[in-house]
Amino acid sequence: MANVWIIYKRELSAYFGTPIAYVFLAIFVFLSGIFAFYIGNFFEREQADLQAFFQFHPWLYLFLIPALSMRLWAEERRAGTIELLFTLPVTMTEVVLGKFLAAWKFTAIALSLTFPFWITVNYLGDPDNGVILAGYLGSLLMAGAFLAIGSCISALTRNQVIAFVVSGVVCLGFVLSGFPLVLDFVGAVAPPIVVDTVRSFSFLTHFQAISKGVLDAGDVIYFVSLIVFWLFVNAVVIEWRKAG
Amino acid sequence: MIEIRNLTKRFGSLTAVDDVSFDVGRGEVLGFLGPNGAGKSTTMKMVTGFLAPDGGTIRIGGLDVASDPVEVKRWIGYLPEGAPLYGEMTVRAFLRFIAEIRGLRGAEARRRIDSAIEQVSLGTVLEMPIDTLSKGFKRRVGLAQAILHDPHILILDEPTDGLDPNQKHEVRTLIRGMSAEKVIVLSTHILEEVDAVCTRATIIANGRIVSDGTPEELLRRSRMHNALRLGLVVGDAGSAGVVETLKAVPGVALVEVDAQSGNALEVMLFPAGGVPLAGPAGEAARANGWEVTELHVERGRLDDVFRAITVGEGGASHG
Ligand SMILES: Nc1ncnc2c1ncn2[C@@H]1O[C@H](COP(=O)(O)OP(=O)(O)O)[C@@H](O)[C@H]1O
Ligand SMILES: [Mg+2]
Repeated sequence: MANVWIIYKRELSAYFGTPIAYVFLAIFVFLSGIFAFYIGNFFEREQADLQAFFQFHPWLYLFLIPALSMRLWAEERRAGTIELLFTLPVTMTEVVLGKFLAAWKFTAIALSLTFPFWITVNYLGDPDNGVILAGYLGSLLMAGAFLAIGSCISALTRNQVIAFVVSGVVCLGFVLSGFPLVLDFVGAVAPPIVVDTVRSFSFLTHFQAISKGVLDAGDVIYFVSLIVFWLFVNAVVIEWRKAG
Repeated sequence: MIEIRNLTKRFGSLTAVDDVSFDVGRGEVLGFLGPNGAGKSTTMKMVTGFLAPDGGTIRIGGLDVASDPVEVKRWIGYLPEGAPLYGEMTVRAFLRFIAEIRGLRGAEARRRIDSAIEQVSLGTVLEMPIDTLSKGFKRRVGLAQAILHDPHILILDEPTDGLDPNQKHEVRTLIRGMSAEKVIVLSTHILEEVDAVCTRATIIANGRIVSDGTPEELLRRSRMHNALRLGLVVGDAGSAGVVETLKAVPGVALVEVDAQSGNALEVMLFPAGGVPLAGPAGEAARANGWEVTELHVERGRLDDVFRAITVGEGGASHG
């Protein structure tokens, strides 16, 4: 498992080896601010919490995470380095995990750069910092699920644009399945059990509770098992399409 | 050290590698020859554990690549075709990464990295991002990566492709220098390379081995093998008369005039059997009062043999 760490380190430094990383971080912080202040009416709500900030994270991740994950495997394929990587004495699990963890860490860095929001609410009022911490953890977990999906889809192609678009669409499916409009529509044509199933697969359903400070084991298990599942499929996809 | 049995790989309906078997031992440098699309790279990808074969087995040092992939990969240094590298890394950072993942630590890692850098002369570009390097330097980084852990087995896919003549020479010298204590398999379509570094030449066409022997044995199959090139300045005898005279020399099967200007002639004599031609032909020239300006026994030409073998097998490339 030392190899996971070695691959993780290489990947993470590769992010910061290009200016794109800094652009990404800047866009991430900027957009989360825009969403929270302008669309979420952060100030008008007159509440000392970060709900307005967290509630837009699923939408923010919808295009920022695929932008991050698209190169994860597509680039290895395009440059041919996948052949270099898998002829080194490493296992598939080590490589998939190392790459994923580096991307996740990068998202964590992006998320942590939003700390001015946290300082602001603490300056303006007296928020429950436990709730905010839960919100950050939930957001990070959800980002991990988005990333695992993106990583898996990136493994299917050498074209980063395709990886971006397809990942966005699949993630959209996972977000929308908890959207009232979609649930109403499903409810109109299918029995309630189907509606519940669809809702239970949604990022929104599981994230909303966490962002309100309720770190329920069920929600955590949901995101963790999504990550494990998509990374497993990721490994299968690479094994199956290594040559292509 | 490497034992390959009935190796087969299919891509859809195309059989890229078709029932290939061969062994390579310590001290051997096996040159893998063949037209584009013959299956050289695919074979190497299977030997290095990147691709899983559809049939057959590969054993390396007694271990099966399919059941012990990670262990086998420790033994091998591999330069994939085109030398893919992480372009955003500096040469030093990249080699450190390789050393680390090869399990080298501390002083040992530094020693191995320094030695690889020296062997392929990378000292001047260590702090440069790989993307900014010339093709020659990139290839050398790929080689450094392959030899870093001083592996028992080196698999090099077109190691000199795209290099200039000086760089080619350097790489060949490097390979020859390492050959005594290693097993080396390299693919190439440069035939002089086989002659220069390989102890054995295996020709593959359409996924099948069509010839396997020393470069010397291959040369012996050339129509040029032991042919005699003669440069002559003849008196007033016309070229037809010279050809007739030379044809009469014992052991000569065929005479071709390659060039003629004034009464200077360049002819090629092909032997009938194993008979050496230089002596009798020289004598004939002296007897007729011709001046001999050149006398050279050909070893044979690999590209002749290569073409004869691979075209004969329908080896016209399809990739
Ligand atoms: N990933 C792949 N998918 C489909 N066909 C492939 C793939 N890799 C190689 N081939 C085909 O297999 C044949 C052998 O290719 P290769 O081993 O690269 O030949 P060489 O290295 O001798 O030039 C070619 O016809 C090539 O087009
Ligand atoms: Mg090739």
